Amino acid sequence: MGKHNTPMLDELEKGPWPSFVSDIKQQADKGKHILKEAPNDLLGIMEMSYVDKVTHWKHGGIVGVFGYGGGIIGRYCDQPQMFPGVAHFHTVRVNQPSSKYYTSDYLRKLCDLWERHGSGLTNMHGSTGDIVFLGTTTDHLEPLFYELTHDLNQDLGGSGSNLRTPECCLGMSRCQFACYDTEETCHQMTNAYQEELHRPAFPYKFKFKFDGCPNGCVASIARSDMSVIGTWRDDIRIDQAAVKAYVGGELKPNAGAHSSRDWGKFDIQAEVINRCPTECMCYGDGKLEINNAECVRCMHCLNVMPRALRIGEDRGASVLFGAKAPILEGAQMSTLTVPFMKMEAPFDELKELVEKVWDWWMEEGKNRERLGELIQRKSMQEFLRVIELDPDPRMVDEPRSNPYIFWKEEEVEGGWTRDIDAYRKKHLR
Amino acid sequence: MTEDEAKKAILENLQGKSKTKSKFYLKDFYSMVPDMKPREIKNIVNKMVQEGHLEYWSSGSTTLIGLKGMGKQHQEED
Ligand code: HEM
Ligand code: HEM
Ligand code: SF4
Ligand code: SF4
Repeated sequence: MGKHNTPMLDELEKGPWPSFVSDIKQQADKGKHILKEAPNDLLGIMEMSYVDKVTHWKHGGIVGVFGYGGGIIGRYCDQPQMFPGVAHFHTVRVNQPSSKYYTSDYLRKLCDLWERHGSGLTNMHGSTGDIVFLGTTTDHLEPLFYELTHDLNQDLGGSGSNLRTPECCLGMSRCQFACYDTEETCHQMTNAYQEELHRPAFPYKFKFKFDGCPNGCVASIARSDMSVIGTWRDDIRIDQAAVKAYVGGELKPNAGAHSSRDWGKFDIQAEVINRCPTECMCYGDGKLEINNAECVRCMHCLNVMPRALRIGEDRGASVLFGAKAPILEGAQMSTLTVPFMKMEAPFDELKELVEKVWDWWMEEGKNRERLGELIQRKSMQEFLRVIELDPDPRMVDEPRSNPYIFWKEEEVEGGWTRDIDAYRKKHLR
Repeated sequence: MTEDEAKKAILENLQGKSKTKSKFYLKDFYSMVPDMKPREIKNIVNKMVQEGHLEYWSSGSTTLIGLKGMGKQHQEED
């Protein structure tokens, strides 16, 4: 048993999954971390919160490293006498490498660094993608930051009213569906906006995330103020021989991903054609046809038959704005804003777009108002005017949710005044 | 307004309010320097933090900014 009696936490170790409680106990017993009592006292205060059903963490504080307004989040507990090991328990966000690739050697160095300067407890990875170091005291922050940046060549991530750490899917490094180089984009955008990432600039947080295709492995459409999702403008490439091989059973659907159960013989009609959301596919006489003008890039057919169907060759991305999950209005997905943009370094078009959006939000946004809420408050029409785009039917989510694009008086011939007599000639009272 | 004048206006404004309020949103600074663009003011405010006149306070999700040493400090957070 640990230093504190934790019967409720111990329950959590009994389930089938690896338990964070076991992990923390293991660190408490075997870790070489400098803040000796932190893991044990963390368990103690968590048990207390489970009993009391309230948190014992206080919110925020004046901690950071010199010159940075983000990346470190001050945390203090409200029972410092009882749990001195977590009296100060600041969180450090470390910018993850693109697509979260690192060598085991590098991972060891990160963990060693954290044992020299903190609790040794990590969260790989936080929701925004950062490598999260959990729990240290103020005096360790500067030395930790120095070693992280100088010896490990890694930077802090974003927090507070900053640009948050950008995140991308595996993209071209492993995935045939990638319609643009998500890692390159993420890297370039991170470097271009260092100022916004490290120094508070905005009314609230701002995130961008890069998905290589609509499968959305980093869920950018639900989780980022600017979602960049790969797509193509031309046709899905079809290898008819491979289609036949799927139908004949030589190739496994979904690359064998669902083979733990016997689903019977592959049925292209039921499993692909009938599932196309726009009903734009047909299969007959051993030939698959797609009406590409109707395809909405849902990815279903490509996922089921990856050897037979491939993304088009005229590739780029759709850019969407405004996802958020705030408390008052509830969750909201990003709204399609730019149906297609070529994504090539140095990404000037994308940068120009996001800077227009930022200028508007910095000027008009209320404190703690996310971009999506500002668009709701000011209207999609106003947003389009600011970023200098014409309304397009593809921006309409669904009838009656956002189809109301109004004319301005100067856009209408004759303005709002009309010749009532001429009108009455055609329309009797 | 020059950068120095903007800094002076910000300091005077914060000192004037220091009895009632010690931490401000970035947006609150915009009205202290009415003839500058938000982006310029943001840069000046961040510079003033580097120079040690102002300091950040962060909840983790939102950042507030105040005069260095004013209001609650971390030893006495509540
Ligand atoms: C063959 C003739 C018609 C057919 C098949 C038809 C069918 C429909 C359908 C399917 C809807 C949508 C209902 C829904 O919201 O679920 C609708 C809505 C409506 N229809 Fe018709 N309709 C016909 C004629 C008319 C006529 C002659 C009028 C008026 C003079 C009319 C006025 C409306 C109105 C006002 C709505 C509601 C529109 C809205 O949602 O704002 N319809 N109709
Ligand atoms: C005193 C008379 C009327 C009153 C008080 C009235 C009131 C309303 C109200 C409150 C709505 C709901 C608006 C909303 O969804 O926000 C509505 C919708 C509608 N009304 Fe009327 N109405 C009147 C007469 C008429 C007449 C005479 C017509 C057709 C000849 C008509 C056609 C419609 C249609 C088509 C809608 C649906 C609009 C839409 O939401 O797309 N109304 N009306
Ligand atoms: S989002 Fe698309 S391109 Fe990126 S890893 Fe997932 S499936 Fe591949
Ligand atoms: S990607 Fe989706 S919408 Fe397009 S053809 Fe395939 S199933 Fe249909």
